[in-house]
Amino acid sequence: METNQKENAPTNVVGKPLDRVDGPAKVTGAARYSAEISVPGTVHGVLKTSTIAKGRITGIDTSRAAKEPGILNIFTHENLPKPAKTPKQIEKWRAAQSYLPMQDNQIQYAGQPVALVVATTLEAATQAAALIRVTYQAETPIDSYHDPKAELFDPQKIQQGKKDGHVVRGNPQQAYNGAAVKHEATYVHAINHHSPMEPAATLAVWEGADKLTVYEASQNVTMHQGNLAELLGMPREQIRVVTKYIGGGFGCKGSFWPHTILTVLAARAVNRPVKLALTRQQMFTGVGHREDQEQTLKMGATAEGKLVSIVHTKKATTSPWDNYTESNGKVMDMLYACENYSTVYELARANVMTSVWMRAPGEAPGSFALESSMDDLANQLNLDPLEIRLRNYADYDHSNGKPWSSKSLKQCYTRGAELFGWSKRNPKPGQTRRGKLLVGHGMASATYPVHSSQGTARVRLFADGHAVVEAGATDLGTGTYTVMTQVSADALGLPPEKIRFELGDTRLPTAPGSGGSVAAGTVASSIMAAAEDVWDKVVKMAVADKKSPLYKAKPTDVKVELGRMFLSKDPKKGETLLAALGRSGQPDIEGSGTGKYGAGYEEKNFGQNGANQNDDKQKPGGHSMHSFGAHFCEVEVDPDLGTIRVTRWVGVHGAGTVLNLKTATSQMTGGAIYGIGAALMEDTFRDPNFARYTNADLAGYHVPVNADIPNIQVEFVPETDPYINYLGVKGIGELGMVGVAAAVANAVFNATGRRLRSLPMTPDKVLEALRLPA
Amino acid sequence: MNNFSYIQADKAKEATAAKRDDKSAAFIAGGTTLLDLMKLNVENHGQLIDVNMLPFRGIEMTKDGLRIGALERMSEVGAHPLVKENFPAVSESLLLAASAQLRNMASIGGNVLQRTRCGYFRDTAFPCNKREPGTGCPALEGDNRNLAILGTSETCIATSYPGDLAVALIALDAVLTLENAKGKQRQVPITKFYLLPGTTPQRETVLEADELIVAVTIPQTAAARKSKYLKVRDRSSYAYALVSAAVGLEVQGGTVRAARVALGAVGAQPWRCFEVEKALVGQPATEATFRAAAELALRGAKPREHNAYKIEMAKNTLVRALSEVASV
Ligand SMILES: Cc1cc2nc3c(=O)[nH]c(=O)nc-3n(C[C@H](O)[C@H](O)[C@H](O)COP(=O)(O)OP(=O)(O)OC[C@H]3O[C@@H](n4cnc5c(N)ncnc54)[C@H](O)[C@@H]3O)c2cc1C
Ligand code: SF4
Repeated sequence: METNQKENAPTNVVGKPLDRVDGPAKVTGAARYSAEISVPGTVHGVLKTSTIAKGRITGIDTSRAAKEPGILNIFTHENLPKPAKTPKQIEKWRAAQSYLPMQDNQIQYAGQPVALVVATTLEAATQAAALIRVTYQAETPIDSYHDPKAELFDPQKIQQGKKDGHVVRGNPQQAYNGAAVKHEATYVHAINHHSPMEPAATLAVWEGADKLTVYEASQNVTMHQGNLAELLGMPREQIRVVTKYIGGGFGCKGSFWPHTILTVLAARAVNRPVKLALTRQQMFTGVGHREDQEQTLKMGATAEGKLVSIVHTKKATTSPWDNYTESNGKVMDMLYACENYSTVYELARANVMTSVWMRAPGEAPGSFALESSMDDLANQLNLDPLEIRLRNYADYDHSNGKPWSSKSLKQCYTRGAELFGWSKRNPKPGQTRRGKLLVGHGMASATYPVHSSQGTARVRLFADGHAVVEAGATDLGTGTYTVMTQVSADALGLPPEKIRFELGDTRLPTAPGSGGSVAAGTVASSIMAAAEDVWDKVVKMAVADKKSPLYKAKPTDVKVELGRMFLSKDPKKGETLLAALGRSGQPDIEGSGTGKYGAGYEEKNFGQNGANQNDDKQKPGGHSMHSFGAHFCEVEVDPDLGTIRVTRWVGVHGAGTVLNLKTATSQMTGGAIYGIGAALMEDTFRDPNFARYTNADLAGYHVPVNADIPNIQVEFVPETDPYINYLGVKGIGELGMVGVAAAVANAVFNATGRRLRSLPMTPDKVLEALRLPA
Repeated sequence: MNNFSYIQADKAKEATAAKRDDKSAAFIAGGTTLLDLMKLNVENHGQLIDVNMLPFRGIEMTKDGLRIGALERMSEVGAHPLVKENFPAVSESLLLAASAQLRNMASIGGNVLQRTRCGYFRDTAFPCNKREPGTGCPALEGDNRNLAILGTSETCIATSYPGDLAVALIALDAVLTLENAKGKQRQVPITKFYLLPGTTPQRETVLEADELIVAVTIPQTAAARKSKYLKVRDRSSYAYALVSAAVGLEVQGGTVRAARVALGAVGAQPWRCFEVEKALVGQPATEATFRAAAELALRGAKPREHNAYKIEMAKNTLVRALSEVASV
């Protein structure tokens, strides 16, 4: 019996490079994305958007459009039913943009919805939208913070008051003035658009006036449900939001945008399920972007290269209503040991929609500035870029004085340098040639914070040996389905194919969305908490069951591992959860639990019961929590044509427990690719006179193609972090992108002796830099 | 996209007559330019005349050169041994263009007639003299990074043909065979096919409303056999050129005997550099010669705020391309 069980016992699958469990559904087309779902009676919505960026609507002629066959209604600001509350009236508005279009005749940005056609076919709705004639009284728009008409202001708080617009530590200006070595530079970042493959889409299905189901391309179903409830003045429970599959989001599907609410209102008015997907062009003015921005960074150091001051300011464009801007300062505040630091944000209102978090918001552009300046400082001081980073290695978090819960950055540097062959790099810029090409090597650090989060999950173990595990999380396409299947398999001692993990539905236990890299750590912990609930229940059954080897044992003496219960003192004595459940005659057993990620977990597990009160680290919130990594890359620069090719990439990261080596490696690889896109080509051009984009499609907005991407080598260093969550998982969704642009720019510097400080580093900018003296 | 009717023509005459009789009609081959612009409401046609059944096929050597049927697909022509061997620049210009999927659909005739990628032209929210004559040209003070610096006018600065193939064809003196509704054919050298914008940027070629492109013929020369197409772009594939060059050289004993030079993405139309060719002939095939010749090519360039880089990039591209075909 014992041997038999061992043979059947599954090996630990957490961490293994399991193939995606949703792979077959995706490649066979069985997986339905939001815009592919239809329910009986579904009709189609198409938006008409404003051609001007500022002014007002003077007339809308729908007469020709209305004659198209199959038109059910054409909504404009004149006849669209009003929501119960506007975003402004909602105290806990959980989205970047507070402005809802089509409430009056005002136009505040180009591409703002002005009409919504609902028709029985997509073709008719599209054609009718084209036939609507809108007349405007146009005013001169403000296009960005560059605009002479724009006024920069100090927002004090950014991101709707959630974050400080000023952070000061020590006396940075004084320290800078007195520094032996000084460096000052300005960095520019182009407008970037998330550009996921799957467009934003909504299918709104009303059952009567008080029950609503929304199939939404959402990174966070709970957020969509909450905002909808407030806007519509309905109890949350009456609204169901479903997102089973997402074709990439990168942040743009993690906020709440006008198309969703317009579709929901229209569907109620026409009393039919209405489906609306943004066109690719509308994706550029429908779901936010990374804002155009400029950072000035002053860094002072001792003659030995120890930082004494970081003074950072950021200028950026924001919308007429919201003070959204990425908090670039976060990464400058904590990556290095530096006692004096400040960051200040200055914003300018322009006629653009509100920008929004985009993969590694703040950390990506912030690290471009910081890690480029570090490279310059190293060069100024004749230090190896790695050495200057080691000299400024932060043994604790200088932004708050706390020790790290875990930090493996040194190991990442060492391993990365070894894999890359960093020691062979020629430190002198402009010296290495390959035929006509200049070759350069660069590196940069990466870091991303652990954002506190919590969620719930439900586990139902069936006596026949399968289990259903549920959490209302989402899967961006990065592997949530897969890794949660692995976690559940180990928690219950079942093979992965016996687990059905369900996500993406507000009917399921509430879980965080995919954003801020919190999903994996939180949902995994929630599942473990729910599994523990099941364990407790089955252990209770076993100890009361004469036929159990654990009969009469004290439940507290029983441990559970890989689905097997046993006496801690005598591990041979035990049986599987399934064996005990099977004898009970009960068909299944259910457990639920709450999992915490970050500070909340630490508080619960290390800050109570007087455990080690003397140990600082054991106090609630005692740790600063971050993941870290290092990028190394090689580039070839064509000095005549200005083109940059990334030819080699090594990324080594310390991110706690890796749940699935394959999907985790893919994420870090994807992060590097996303970063290379921002570094070399992604750039949306907003016309200065019209405040309207001129390259709003995927032929004009370049994202990397396969040929742009070299072989990318990714490794994780082993890292155990007991403080952050049950399994010691750190988020990896954003980490892989942080520092990428700087690593490329640093390699370009090494290749050419020229520093490029404006992203993307397109051939025109490279040629311009090469024309200037080194 | 507006509603339209659709016919499939079996004979050239059927197609050209239908086009003559309906001003709103357009021929459709691969549809990769046409449908794109119709979806953007930049072009609105009441009727589409499908020409794909017409016998404008075949890639064969004739006494006048290589004759390529207008309905041959970019991918097939690009990979064809006769093209690769005798006209490497043509093969390269095709295979470096667009994406594999597009090349499989797109025809040679359609390619030559593709339209500008100027962002203002492609978005009906903007004014644009080419799309709506007389409304203005916002590109003059706006996004002109990828627009032309040669042959432009105050009315339009677009690279009216933004693609690749025609640059190679212009360099190699290709000739287009056109046929009208009367069934009459005429030969037009591609160097005379495209029109500069002047005050009428909406008129892009000499093609008459009822004319079809039947074939393109490229004369066989020594310079064509030693030709090259070099394309500089923002990413490694699937992007239009920032600058491109199609060059061919006949070198004997280290001296240039004949030269063919054209630039892409810098002229209002694909830009043949006759002066450069003249300057090259009789000179030693060295980088210094090529550098001096390249200076000539950009004389008179009129850059705008964002496209001055094209001057240097074009010169360097020319030098690189010439050096590579001359193996220096
Ligand atoms: C995303 C994208 C990227 C691209 N990148 C590149 C690139 O890098 N380089 C490049 O060179 N091109 C590029 N192209 C353009 C592409 O090569 C052209 O769209 C294609 O060659 C057009 O051929 P078609 O057969 O599809 O033409 P269609 O779209 O069918 O027709 C185009 C025009 O030609 C007319 N026409 C077609 N055939 C004939 C004929 N025989 N006689 C008379 N009139 C005719 C049509 O009426 C229409 O006006 C790209 C296109 C896209 C969409
Ligand atoms: S450059 Fe030509 S195509 Fe572009 S906006 Fe001006 S007129 Fe239109």
